[in-house]
Amino acid sequence: MTITDDAAVDDGGPSPAPAPTEAGPPAQVTLTIWRGDPEGGEFTDYVMPAVEGEVVLDVIHRIQATEAPDLACRWNCKAGKCGSCSAEINGKPRLMCMTRMDTLPEGAPVTVAPMKTFPIIRDLVTDVSFNYEVAKTIPAFQPGPEPEGGYRMMQVDVERGQEFRKCIECFMCQDVCHVIRDHEDNKPKYAGPRFFIRFAELEMHPLDVNDRRELAHDRGLGMCNITKCCTEVCPEHIKITDNAIIPMKERVVDARYDPVAWLGRKILKRSKKSAEEASAG
Amino acid sequence: MADPEYETHDYDVIIIGAGGSGLRAAIEAKERGLRVALVCKSLLGKAHTVMAEGGMAAAMGHVWPEDNWQVHFRDTMRGGKMLNNWRMAQIHAMEAPDRVFELERWGALFDRTTDGRITQRDFGGHRYARLAHVGDRTGLELIRTLQQKVVSMGTDVFMECKILRLLPDAEGRISGAVGYMRPTGEMVVFTAKAFILATGSIGKSWKYTSNSWESVGDGHAMAIWAGADVIDMECVQFHPTGMVWPLSVRGILVTEGVRGDGGVLRNSEGKRFMFDYIAEMFAAETAKTEEEADRWYDDHINNGRTPDLLPRDEVARAINSEVKAGRGTPHGGVYLDIASRRTPEYIRRRLPSMYHQFMELAGVDITAGPMEVGPTCHYMMGGVRVDAETQAATVPGLFAIGEVSGGMHGANRLGGNSLSDLIVFGRRAGIGAADFAEGRAGSPSVDAADIASVIDEAFAPFGREGGDNPYGVHEELQETMQTLVGIIRTGPELEEALAQLEDLKGRVAKLSVKGGRAYNPGWNLATDLPSMVTTSIAVAQGALNRKESRGGHTREDFPGPDPEYGKINFVQHQMGEKGYLAPIAITPEPLPEMPAELRELLEEGH
Repeated sequence: MTITDDAAVDDGGPSPAPAPTEAGPPAQVTLTIWRGDPEGGEFTDYVMPAVEGEVVLDVIHRIQATEAPDLACRWNCKAGKCGSCSAEINGKPRLMCMTRMDTLPEGAPVTVAPMKTFPIIRDLVTDVSFNYEVAKTIPAFQPGPEPEGGYRMMQVDVERGQEFRKCIECFMCQDVCHVIRDHEDNKPKYAGPRFFIRFAELEMHPLDVNDRRELAHDRGLGMCNITKCCTEVCPEHIKITDNAIIPMKERVVDARYDPVAWLGRKILKRSKKSAEEASAG
Repeated sequence: MADPEYETHDYDVIIIGAGGSGLRAAIEAKERGLRVALVCKSLLGKAHTVMAEGGMAAAMGHVWPEDNWQVHFRDTMRGGKMLNNWRMAQIHAMEAPDRVFELERWGALFDRTTDGRITQRDFGGHRYARLAHVGDRTGLELIRTLQQKVVSMGTDVFMECKILRLLPDAEGRISGAVGYMRPTGEMVVFTAKAFILATGSIGKSWKYTSNSWESVGDGHAMAIWAGADVIDMECVQFHPTGMVWPLSVRGILVTEGVRGDGGVLRNSEGKRFMFDYIAEMFAAETAKTEEEADRWYDDHINNGRTPDLLPRDEVARAINSEVKAGRGTPHGGVYLDIASRRTPEYIRRRLPSMYHQFMELAGVDITAGPMEVGPTCHYMMGGVRVDAETQAATVPGLFAIGEVSGGMHGANRLGGNSLSDLIVFGRRAGIGAADFAEGRAGSPSVDAADIASVIDEAFAPFGREGGDNPYGVHEELQETMQTLVGIIRTGPELEEALAQLEDLKGRVAKLSVKGGRAYNPGWNLATDLPSMVTTSIAVAQGALNRKESRGGHTREDFPGPDPEYGKINFVQHQMGEKGYLAPIAITPEPLPEMPAELRELLEEGH
């Protein structure tokens, strides 16, 4: 039986939510929800009976079923796996399906607002097409020739990319990043943290032969000033800044300014293609 | 009626649904140089495939060289209680390994063996460790790999678009689809030479389900309304291990990988009760004692498999019986224990998303204590009757793949056979639809009056006073299906369910909704409910007619399998009058005849 060795994992994962208790929770909860459309809107209070063990999305669903059947909210899996229900809860980007009501300050209203960085469609739903447009510009994965008997990769080598492939595309890292949150005009030239981890994933993929470093530079990697806001909000606990952005910045610097690396590439004929070649095909 | 406004788009092939199968079909059709579009109800990459955890079954033989397609075929047929379309089960077992290797060429990063190949995990009903996987988030890896491939090919994608109805041309070929864009509520008409349904499951008609809001049986219902045959609608899988507590997360999936990686089921007395539920059919290959079961993880050749990994229908029924006998947990489930059997590091590495899910939603550390689990509505085996080679439905121009198609999994699907089903038959449907589109002359056209009537019906709830609120009706429907068409069924209860569904059917046709058209979830639900009612009626009708217990279908009044019923599929379709309000006829038809050499594989005593 060949199960690969266990690596001791400490991903700085979640701290446990309080276990549900049989003792009654507070009788009522208040959600202060932003309602509106591209023309404007306002916060509206909804007071609902408290139900034990619920997450914010459960309360939203009860509001839809009773007081506000047209309250717009995007969701799918309700298990933290699809990244659809991103919102700003008490000012912080979070998944509504993974935010337990009993982890929020008891008795105080909970504010739920749409992600600020993206244009409003309605209520809590935003137009995240920016991200899908960026995705279209990334050259595809390009493996080298396949050896007889198939590719071989070691677990330790795939784990680097696997961390980034945990990304559920909730786009909260994009939402919280000041480069585009506070400067709309940066959007055309800035791919954002979600795509920096995509570049890193491909750059570190044992089989990919494209060189992603120039491309990452062209798509605004240098504009990131490593405040780690993206890492803090990542529901998958991906170390976006430490494991993707900083190593990519170093590799870009190596590629552009390091004469030894430059000479090394000339002599050793680095197997990865240049950004121009990658973009071309 | 004023002339309705709508935008139009024309393609060669339209795929409705962008989960694993829809994406895989799009790649194939696109590679043929055709004009291809994907239409999906959510954002791209959010489809229910992301929920798949454990892995995809493919007899690559990386962990156990004894494995091959014949053994996989045998396991699949036995797991499906022999109701499967044998040819689909054969194609699936033969082609799955190539489809997995192909994903690797497209960038997927599977977990590895020590010698650097794709590793494979044990799962219920599979003789050998067979599931290629990425921790417990294999579905995400599958969907992201295919999504990135589809996007890199420049495929058109219409996101957050709900399709309401398929329309034929004058010769009866499916030629159009009418729907609306959810962000704006504006209507849209797609015309194409071939349509592929990849719309997934029906689970949202039950109260406790692992399915997302999207799984409302859109494709099943639209196929029925278009006059296509559906089969095996009574065969619904209740996954044995869903979360049971807190109530708000009841039904969320707990991967079978927990048991594949060493977890065991215990009742409130701490007993491993699965040893009391080993059916005759599986006795020869199942461990008799706990010691044998524990030896099996390292030596599959000389020991029987742990009964914790019997097929899902067996385990779900066993859990149901234990709880009924008063040996359940405080919240009405049983215990799933991996903490006492594996190290915390092993559990966190192999099952990271289960660890997070329980920690964050239930406040339970699964490396320290047991989980509480119970059955949850999970998967639809039944669906559109298709040709095994091309996935063509019985109506020309229509194809179906994944959960919306029927036949592949018979009466019960084995874990891991779903993701491999998506990629094997997604590819085949892409080829089938491309061939059909290339061979079809002229431009597809549909009757403008048909379009107008669909649009009229869709908008009607806005102007209607005094109708039911869609949320209330949905809750009633879920109550009916949960209590009367659940895991254990009886004739009188199914008749009662059909009576209640008839009442709901009338009320769903007269719903009232508030607000505007743009991103209005109340209205969206109102347009989902007809699909849910139609599929629920088909499930109940099938269940009433199949007077035996087989796989996912269990009748308390007919507790055992009946060999005569084992020879037939129940086929349902609308004859003459079609559409939501028309009745659905049900007729038994003999299963396709299996060739002798395959039957021999099944009879080999393992």
